[in-house]
Amino acid sequence: MAAQRKTIKVDYLARVEGEGALHIDYDDSGIQEVKLKIFEPPRFFEALLAGRSYLEAPDITARICGICPVAYQMSAVHAMEDALGIKPTGALRELRRLLYCGEWIESHMLHISMLHASDFLGYPNAVAMAKDHPKVVKNALEIKKAGNALVRLIGGREVHPINVRVGGFYKAPSTNALLSLQQQLEAARSLAEQLVCWSATLPFPDYEWRGEDLYEFVALKHPEEYPMNEGRITSSRGLDISSQEYENHFVEEHVAYSTALHCTLKARGSYLVGPIARFNLNYEKLSPRVRQLAETLNFKAPCINPFQSILVRSLEVLYAFDEALRIIGDYVMPEEPHLHTKPRAASGYAATEAPRGLLYHRYDIDKTGKISAAKIVAPTSQNQKTIEDDLRLMLPRFMHFPEDKLRGLCERAIRNYDPCISCSTHFLQLHFNDGNAEKT
Amino acid sequence: MVSDQRSLASDRALPKLAVWKFTSCDGCQLSLLDCEDELLLLAGQLDIAYFLEASSQVKEGPYDISLVEGSITTPADAQRILDVRRQSQVLISIGACATAGGIQALRNFADIQAFTRAVYAHPEYIATLKESTPISAHVTVDFELQGCPINKHQLIEVISAFLHQRPPQVANHSVCIECKLRGNVCVWVAHGTPCMGPVTHAGCGAICPSYNRGCYACYGPKENSNTGSLCHWWAENLHVENTLIIENLRNFNPLAPAFKQESEGRADGDSD
Repeated sequence: MAAQRKTIKVDYLARVEGEGALHIDYDDSGIQEVKLKIFEPPRFFEALLAGRSYLEAPDITARICGICPVAYQMSAVHAMEDALGIKPTGALRELRRLLYCGEWIESHMLHISMLHASDFLGYPNAVAMAKDHPKVVKNALEIKKAGNALVRLIGGREVHPINVRVGGFYKAPSTNALLSLQQQLEAARSLAEQLVCWSATLPFPDYEWRGEDLYEFVALKHPEEYPMNEGRITSSRGLDISSQEYENHFVEEHVAYSTALHCTLKARGSYLVGPIARFNLNYEKLSPRVRQLAETLNFKAPCINPFQSILVRSLEVLYAFDEALRIIGDYVMPEEPHLHTKPRAASGYAATEAPRGLLYHRYDIDKTGKISAAKIVAPTSQNQKTIEDDLRLMLPRFMHFPEDKLRGLCERAIRNYDPCISCSTHFLQLHFNDGNAEKT
Repeated sequence: MVSDQRSLASDRALPKLAVWKFTSCDGCQLSLLDCEDELLLLAGQLDIAYFLEASSQVKEGPYDISLVEGSITTPADAQRILDVRRQSQVLISIGACATAGGIQALRNFADIQAFTRAVYAHPEYIATLKESTPISAHVTVDFELQGCPINKHQLIEVISAFLHQRPPQVANHSVCIECKLRGNVCVWVAHGTPCMGPVTHAGCGAICPSYNRGCYACYGPKENSNTGSLCHWWAENLHVENTLIIENLRNFNPLAPAFKQESEGRADGDSD
């Protein structure tokens, strides 16, 4: 028996953000164990926020992730504003959405062009892929640059922007400054349209979630728009709650082999957040042009093949351009860059849609504005268990593959989720029993 | 025969570059991928031999240039950095975590066990060092590029300088100079906004004052910064509370000596 037991092991996952490993035990009767091991050292953000000023939350939490700092800043400021009882509206609200559009473009394009596309065409990286497909890679970089330009203009710089403030911004961009981006965004939008069409032609492995294997999709839902900063937390199985109720329905668990906490739904276990969940729950809120293109490609919600997440991301990129151009077209510079903020003792809650999915923040602040407690749940902590489930479901169908091909497929299955391991580790090196996982 | 330590391996077509990650947010290595215009050009000049975030292809060392992101916070990483040093002709630490401990070095001023309990239900699963330390506390570093995050143009300059065996042209003056070059009105003088600009290393382009806020020193101290004097004037002239002054010294570069000493002096003074 023991002799038949086989192991798939990837010691250091490549082309994902952060440090993780994979360990799968299987034999002829099936999969015995799947562990997505996250060994990214923890950084204790929730602890180090204690005692700091509420105004520092967006600057400090941005440092959780260099790839989606805007998401952390957005969830942080919305949670703080909930605590203070204020709500930026009009142009300030639109500017935040515009900034988020920039980050979705940046982050999705990083994943599509640098981490994911080469999987479908058999290259180890984008540079190698660029030798045979120079136009695809160059255009993808051009699209990403437009996202960078948006974040740089509104946020001050691409990584860890400095302009986001509780109540609004430190400085609102002028109408002319935003209009100066219009041409670049238009040009990048048409490249993004080509990218969507190209993504649709990729060879997707034949694997779909069916029947009981279909995950519970969780995403924000807003009555008027595709969700970014606001909305209720909803799911494909009827969940419909406000951010304030999040901790009543979701629970985090500390497992021995991961420095990221596993988050599950109390009632039903694992679930999926991210582009596929958003797309499946909010398809009708995409712009008409994006839906039209999706339908031309015969690709509609629900998307039930995780390998097609690259196509969903490229559609979200296209949507982000439509939204960005709409916001810039309607923009009138606000009179004040931010609302007046006055601390009070309170708790504040917010969930926003990070590029990788739902990002929840909760803060308690005292009457002087010092943070007394913080809780942050990153998208990858929420997807971690689903990624393991996905490997468990997928592998039996590909057991006939030679071992190295099977290992490659497992890595690809993980990359479908664009896991951001740096985000998910609230923050320390684990340790599970010495060496026991290495015995095969 | 002993090879000339200054020369890059000339028998290989391209010098080998490695990018290593320790405890960090990935933002500094991302800066390399953010060089859209230069990336493919750079890939033609260098063999990107080890860069796990961007490539599943790993080539064996030794490497001509290693870029190191992140601070050291675990026993395993304290060993791994020694190995990285052994394999690297030139080792460049990039970013505030690698050069000054990063935001996670706030643990150095607190009780680490209390920190672990605040985040994890089972602290016994967690193995971490008591302190977060910069790369230079463990191995010899050939160049430190400061910033949270680093400036991608400075990164290209540093790589290019080492490729051509010349000193990197990274200005070591203060953010104030960048602010003047940008034509900004001084936020301190005109609006009374506390600003770390006078002691902070250039590189960001003085973005915070350009967006109407004070600099919060994410690039760390400049060479010979007179931090004590600046803090004195924050207190005297702007009436900033001591705790706030300490927090501004203890954010993204808390272990940079000029900031660490001043913050410790002020924390001690406070408790007296």
